[in-house]
Amino acid sequence: MNDKPNRDNLLFIENLYKAYGAKVVLDDIDLSVKGGELCTVVGPSGCGKSTLLRLILGQEEPTKGDILIGGKQVGYPSPERGIVYQKYTLFPHLSVLENVILGKNLTAGPIEGFRRRKEFRDEALFFLEKMRLTEHGGKYPHELSGGMQQRVALAQSLIMKPYILLMDEPFGALDPGTREHLQIFLLELWEEFRMTVFFVTHDLEEAVFLGTRILVLSQYYSDDRGEGYSDRGARIVADYPLPRQATSTVVKETAEFGRLIQQIRLDGFDPTYRQHVTKFNLRHEDSFQTLDVEPLFPSSTDAT
Amino acid sequence: MRKTPQFLGIFARPSRPLSLVLGLLPFVLLVGGYLIVSHIRLEANPRDKLTPSISKMAKSVKLMAFTKDRRTGQYLMLTDTLSSLRRMALGLGLAALVGLLLGMNMGILPGAGVTLVPVITFLSIIPPLAVLPVLFIVFGVGELGKVMLIFLGSLFVITRDICDATQRIPREQIVKALTLGSSQFQVIYQVVLPQIMPRLLVTIRLCLGAAWLFLIASEAIASTDGLGYRIFLVRRYLSMDVIIPYVLWITLLGFIMDALLRLTIKWRYPWYAVSGE
Repeated sequence: MNDKPNRDNLLFIENLYKAYGAKVVLDDIDLSVKGGELCTVVGPSGCGKSTLLRLILGQEEPTKGDILIGGKQVGYPSPERGIVYQKYTLFPHLSVLENVILGKNLTAGPIEGFRRRKEFRDEALFFLEKMRLTEHGGKYPHELSGGMQQRVALAQSLIMKPYILLMDEPFGALDPGTREHLQIFLLELWEEFRMTVFFVTHDLEEAVFLGTRILVLSQYYSDDRGEGYSDRGARIVADYPLPRQATSTVVKETAEFGRLIQQIRLDGFDPTYRQHVTKFNLRHEDSFQTLDVEPLFPSSTDAT
Repeated sequence: MRKTPQFLGIFARPSRPLSLVLGLLPFVLLVGGYLIVSHIRLEANPRDKLTPSISKMAKSVKLMAFTKDRRTGQYLMLTDTLSSLRRMALGLGLAALVGLLLGMNMGILPGAGVTLVPVITFLSIIPPLAVLPVLFIVFGVGELGKVMLIFLGSLFVITRDICDATQRIPREQIVKALTLGSSQFQVIYQVVLPQIMPRLLVTIRLCLGAAWLFLIASEAIASTDGLGYRIFLVRRYLSMDVIIPYVLWITLLGFIMDALLRLTIKWRYPWYAVSGE
């Protein structure tokens, strides 16, 4: 826990609320992430982890609160933030290579894009090689397997060198084997490029295996609004560094690994286990919490 | 062992030769039926005009297509075909172009959507043939009136379909394009447009039937040439020997256009049919 959060951190979120109509989804989120962190986000289904990601991405607007990237308020989606979704991330009408080059061409414009086509192509080929997809450059996305498609999507984002790479359950639609393969692959890429990643997943094993820092988002907690209050949105109920042992899936078999998962399950997924807001495990050095702000809908507190 | 039936039931798997034979059978029956009826009727009355013999039709085709008209010095069938195709291409081409731009912008720009969707929906329900007199009054009975009928008759359908197709592009793709440095303008013309193109060709294919209808109708009412004009002209003399070849010719033209569009989609947009899911 940190009493003096640094607003200039790569990602900084303070007093963030998101409500759809009267339904509060995110309830006072405070978060600060340093560059180079591989942040995994878990939580019960429907707790708003994807909503949080979309807010950071700029695809949706917060009801209240600030989101800063590199010290600046975020606007509509822009190249500072890369995104890999579970699907629909690739453009079906472009070949794999064209998909990877696309960002370069869009930013440069047609004239510049034509003049520097060789340079862009080489850069795209470099990333395709990193993704071990060199021989598939001429294919269309539908000709690739799900795992390959996600690797192309990664290359497509990485070529833009975003400040932060947002991933919304990117491996959720893959079979277990491919999934593990891609997890290791992502770790290798991270070791090489040290990019900042915000990784949303519903798979606890995946979260603990990949992350350098885990965020548990959950609506199962208690606060001073009383027992009967049922309209709580999700908060970050746990935030701590994860031990990174190895880039091998063997670690998933260890007792330590299992214990971590059990702890997360208790922290965030057990409706009967509700910690008070002041007792959350926010051990991470960048973690901070503001509790003194007024609620989003002041009137609804009176109802209880 | 279970035996797969050739023809009966939902599990039937007709063999290739059988499919070919069965596919041709209705055509053979139609032509054969016509020949028998024609033969019987001509037997009874050699001057009968309703069911001309094949040789009579061939003679007429020779006259219409391969002999210079004595009055105009032109090959009538060729002139008719070119006039009709020009009207068709102009009307449908313009409708496709305007429909593409309108529909795409309506589909992606919420502002354009709320402004235009209600009125386009309303206009698309007006039966074009019902306002044909209005078109003739406003645009005259010349080329413009006919082209406008085809244009207006196809425009709203194309616009609505393209708007729909645009809205079906996953939101994720548009966000992704923005994170790749795309401007809003580029999203529309570099990300959405290329994906909509094959759908436009599909829509044109579906509109061909209606466009032919509008073409023939407008030519029938006021024209001096064209395939529809000719059919309705010779109707006065009960010249089935001209009408039947003309109808077959129109059908062939329609079939060729349809096939060309289908093949274009296959060649130019190989990703289209397969990457839907």
